[in-house]
Amino acid sequence: MSAPGPLLRVRDLCVTFPARRGRPPVRAVDHVSFDIEPGQTLGLVGESGSGKTTTGRAILQLQPASGGSVRLLGQELTAMRRADLRAMRRHMQFVLQNPYSSLHPRMTVAQILAEPLTVHRSVPRERIPERVAELMTLVGMDPKVVHRYPHEFSGGQRQRVVIARALAVNPDFVVCDEPVSALDVRTQAQIVDLLHSLQEKLRLSYLFIAHDLAIVRAVAHRVAVMYGGRLVELGDAARVYDSPAHPYTRNLLDAVPIPDPARQRAKLAEAAPEPQFRGRDGETGPCVFGEDHAASGTPAWHEVAPGHGVSCRFWPPGACPGQELPRI
Amino acid sequence: MDDPRALLQVRDLTAQFNRDGVPSRVVNGISFDIAPGEAVGFVGESGCGKSVTARAIMRLAPEGSSVAWGGRILFRGRDLLRIEEREMRDMRGRRIAMVFQDPMTSLNPVMTVGAQIDDMLCRHAGLSRRAARRRTVELLGLVGIRDPALRADDHPHQFSGGMRQRVLIAIAVSCQPDLLIADEPTTALDVTVQAQILRLLMRLGRELGMALMLITHDFGVIAGMVERVYVMHGGDIVESGEVDALFAGPQHPYTRALLAAVPRIETAGRTT
Repeated sequence: MSAPGPLLRVRDLCVTFPARRGRPPVRAVDHVSFDIEPGQTLGLVGESGSGKTTTGRAILQLQPASGGSVRLLGQELTAMRRADLRAMRRHMQFVLQNPYSSLHPRMTVAQILAEPLTVHRSVPRERIPERVAELMTLVGMDPKVVHRYPHEFSGGQRQRVVIARALAVNPDFVVCDEPVSALDVRTQAQIVDLLHSLQEKLRLSYLFIAHDLAIVRAVAHRVAVMYGGRLVELGDAARVYDSPAHPYTRNLLDAVPIPDPARQRAKLAEAAPEPQFRGRDGETGPCVFGEDHAASGTPAWHEVAPGHGVSCRFWPPGACPGQELPRI
Repeated sequence: MDDPRALLQVRDLTAQFNRDGVPSRVVNGISFDIAPGEAVGFVGESGCGKSVTARAIMRLAPEGSSVAWGGRILFRGRDLLRIEEREMRDMRGRRIAMVFQDPMTSLNPVMTVGAQIDDMLCRHAGLSRRAARRRTVELLGLVGIRDPALRADDHPHQFSGGMRQRVLIAIAVSCQPDLLIADEPTTALDVTVQAQILRLLMRLGRELGMALMLITHDFGVIAGMVERVYVMHGGDIVESGEVDALFAGPQHPYTRALLAAVPRIETAGRTT
C-alpha cells in the first residue's frame, strides 16, 4: 500500500471546542500544517494547553476536526465513512503517556495483545498466540510472561506492552503522546532506543509529542513547536535546536536545565522578566518580517531556510527576526 | 560525629514496610546532615527510598501503608522519631514543611486558596483571621502571584499547574520553616514553568534563610540548585559529595549510569 507523497499530510487542521458556560469557543488547534515522511519522526513540542495532544487526537480522528485536511497514505481521513475509517485505524496507532492507566488491570498481557488482532482480524485465530509471542520478542520482552497481569510489571515493561499492542496490527504511523515522561531517566533511554530500533526495523513513522525538549532532540528528524494552538516553528531538528528563529522556541530551549552545575547556576541567576508573547488579536499591518498578511492574503508563515519555517505571530513587542532576546 | 551547627542530622535511618506479612526494607540505615540554610539534593530513581526518607523526616507514612522506622532523625537536637505526636504536629509546617510533586491533588478543591493558607496560619502561627488574611496576601505576592488580594478568593481549579505549585510553596513557607522538603516539585510542570519554580525556591531559600532538601530523579534540576548531593539506590546512599565534584567525577557506577542517561539538549540528535 504505497502512495505518492508523504505518509501523512496535515493541512490547515483546526479543532474548535464549543462555547461552555458563557465562555467563548476555544480554538485549540489553529491551521496546523505539516508532513511526515515514511520512516521519519516529527517531534511536536509545546507547553500544556498548547494543543499538541489535541492535534494528535484530531489526526487519529479521535477528535473531530472543525476544518482542514488529514491525509494518511493518500487517503483523506476527515470525511471518511466510519467503516472505512475503522479499516484505516490499522495503519495508525497510539502510545499514551501513562503505562499504568492505559492497560486494563484485569487482562493478562496475552489478552491485551490478542484484542487488536481479533478486532482487526489481522491474523487467523489459531495463529494469535504465535503473533503475541512475536510481538513480545519485538519489544524486548520474554514471551513466557504473557500470562501475567500489568501490575506485575515495572513502568518501563508496561510501556513496552503498550508499544507491542500498538504494533500488533502492523501500523505505518504511530502517535506517541509523552511516551516516556512518566518513566525514570534510565528507563526513558531504553524506551527511546526501542522506538528507534522499531522504526528502523518496521519503517514506522512517528508523531512524537513531548514537553521534554531534550528527549525530542534525541528522537526527532524534524521538530514542530506549538504555541496557542498554532505552529510557531517547523524545521529539521538540528536547525530548530541550533538556530531557533521564533522567540518562543528560544524561550523553551533556554528553560531546559543543563546537567552542569556552574552553567545551570549561571542560568538560574539570570532572571530577566519573562517575555510576553502577543495574543492572536490585533494582528493587522506589517508583521515582524514586514509583510501585511491581511492585505496580501498570504499565510503568516515565513521560510528562513529551506524546510525551516517560522510564524510571525506571537512575537513579543520589540522582538525582530535574527535578534537575540533577553534570556528568561 | 555530632556537628552542633547541623540543622538536621539523620543517623542510621531505616524504613521497613509490611507487605502481606512479609517485611521489606526500603531504607537501609542511611546517615546524612543538612546545615541551616543549606540546599541539599537527593537523586535517585523511583523506588530508591528518597521519598520515604523525606516522609520519615515529616513522620508521615506513605499512603495506604504502615512503616516501621529505625535510627535517629535529630532536628535541632530533638529526635523526630521519638517525640510525642503533639510536638511533631507543631514541627510539621512550623519548622519543617514539604512540597509534593502533584499540585493538583495537594490542594482542597472546594476551598479558596486564600482560606487554605489562612487556616494554616491560624493553626500554626496563632494569627487571627484578619491578620492571617493580610499575611496570606503577602505570601501570594511573595511567590509571584499577580493581584494576590483578588486571587486569594479563587479556587484551585482557577489556577494553572504552575500557579498551583506556587500556592503550595506559599503554604509551605507561610510559617517560615527552617527546612523545606521539596519532593519532585517540578516534575509535573512545563519546562518554562519549571525554571520559574526553581528560581522561586532559590530566592525564598536565600530570603528566608531556609534549608532546602530537593528530591528529584533529574540531574539537570539538581545541578544549579544545591550545594551537596546524595545519590540513592536501593535504599542506600551510594555516593555523596559537593555538587561540582560529583558532576565532574562521579565515582560510583550507578551515579555514572544515571548521569549518562540524562538527555542533553546540546548533543546532536538524529542524522538519519
